[in-house]
Parts: sequence; structure tokens; C-alpha cells
Amino acid sequence: MRHRNAGYKLGRNTSHRRALLRNLVTSIVMEDRVETTITKAKAARPHVEKLITLGKKGDLHARRLALSYLQTREAVTRLFETVAPRYGERNGGYLRIVRTGFQKGDGAEKAFIELLGAEQVLDEKRQKRAEIRAKRREELDKAMAEQQQQSAGDGTDVSS
Amino acid sequence: MPNPKRRHSKARTSKRRAHDALTATGLSECPNCHERKLSHRACPKCGTYKGRDVLEVKEAS
Ligand SMILES: [Zn+2]
Repeated sequence: MRHRNAGYKLGRNTSHRRALLRNLVTSIVMEDRVETTITKAKAARPHVEKLITLGKKGDLHARRLALSYLQTREAVTRLFETVAPRYGERNGGYLRIVRTGFQKGDGAEKAFIELLGAEQVLDEKRQKRAEIRAKRREELDKAMAEQQQQSAGDGTDVSS
Repeated sequence: MPNPKRRHSKARTSKRRAHDALTATGLSECPNCHERKLSHRACPKCGTYKGRDVLEVKEAS
């Protein structure tokens, strides 16, 4: 019987597991979306939910409790000022886990864990990344073309 | 050490293996690009799940 066996051990001892989850939860609060394995996502979810509940309370005691779990002060600030206010009406279920595929190497199933209501922020982030990528590619293309022209001019061969 | 007393016939091997066949993975259709995909997972082809959830930006390099 698996009575009283709830939770995930993640193949780690208590301190290792606690450190891993604190790190992961801090990242989720800071980044809105994190890609990890499905098991780690499921293990982290209740911790994030409890922190968001603290964030909704918003008093000094709640802030101190959050500070004792999250690893950076910035994460606590973000939790209380931008994350928690998104969920005024909602009672729990603040996160979404979407399975995305399988990891190369050990075949572990990967998933996104993301905060509900962060879609807009994430879309903006993605767009910014795409712009930077496009710009970098453009510059690279230009540099390559210049180099080719130069080598064509003085007759040396760069292609070899 | 114990050893086999008699040789195993090919028929016997085949009969044992008659039940070893694998079943094909049940796949569902992506509502966005109509590719076959695993259910309850984001589509690896177009990166969507449940309509507006665009997950990964896939680009052919
Ligand atoms: Zn698709």
C-alpha cells in the first residue's frame, strides 16, 4: 500500500531536494515559465502555489515567510508586487504544466511549467528574443558578404 | 549447474513469441496543423497546445 507516501523524492536526499526545489521555484517566480522534467514540475507546483497564497496575504509576516523560502530578495519583491496581484479572484490553480517532449540522452519527459496570466509577458519576451536573433543574423550575413567581396577584390581565397 | 535437457524447437520459440507483439502508439490529430501527435502534449511540429498556447518557436535553420 502506498498510504502516506505522497510527494516526490526526486532521487535526492532531503537537503539536496530542498535546494533543488527552492532554486526551481525561485526561477519560476522570476521567469514566469521554466522548462524542466515533468516530475520536477509536478513537485515544484505546490510550493509555488503556497508562495502565491503568501503573496496575496501581503503582510510583513507573509513576506518574511516567503523570504525564508525563495533564494533572492528580487524574487520576493516580484512575487508580492507583480505575480500575486494577478490572482485576486482565483483560489489556487495558478500554474499550468504542458508536456513538450522527451529529453535526449535519458528520455525523460520534459514540460513547461508556467504561471497563468503571464502569457503577455512571455509573448513579449519571445518577440524580443526573435528580434535580437534576426538582427544578429543580419549582421552576420552582412559581415560575410563584405568578407567575400574583399577576398574577391585582392584575389585570396577564404573558402578553403 | 542445471542445464537444458533438450533442444528448443523453432516452433516452440515462435509460439512463445506469438504474444510478444508491440502495439502501435495511439496518436491523436493536432487541431492546428493536423499532424499526428501524442495526446496531452504540445505538438512538436507547430508548437501549439489547446489553441493559443504557442510553446516553442520552431525554425528550420
Ligand atoms: Zn501541430
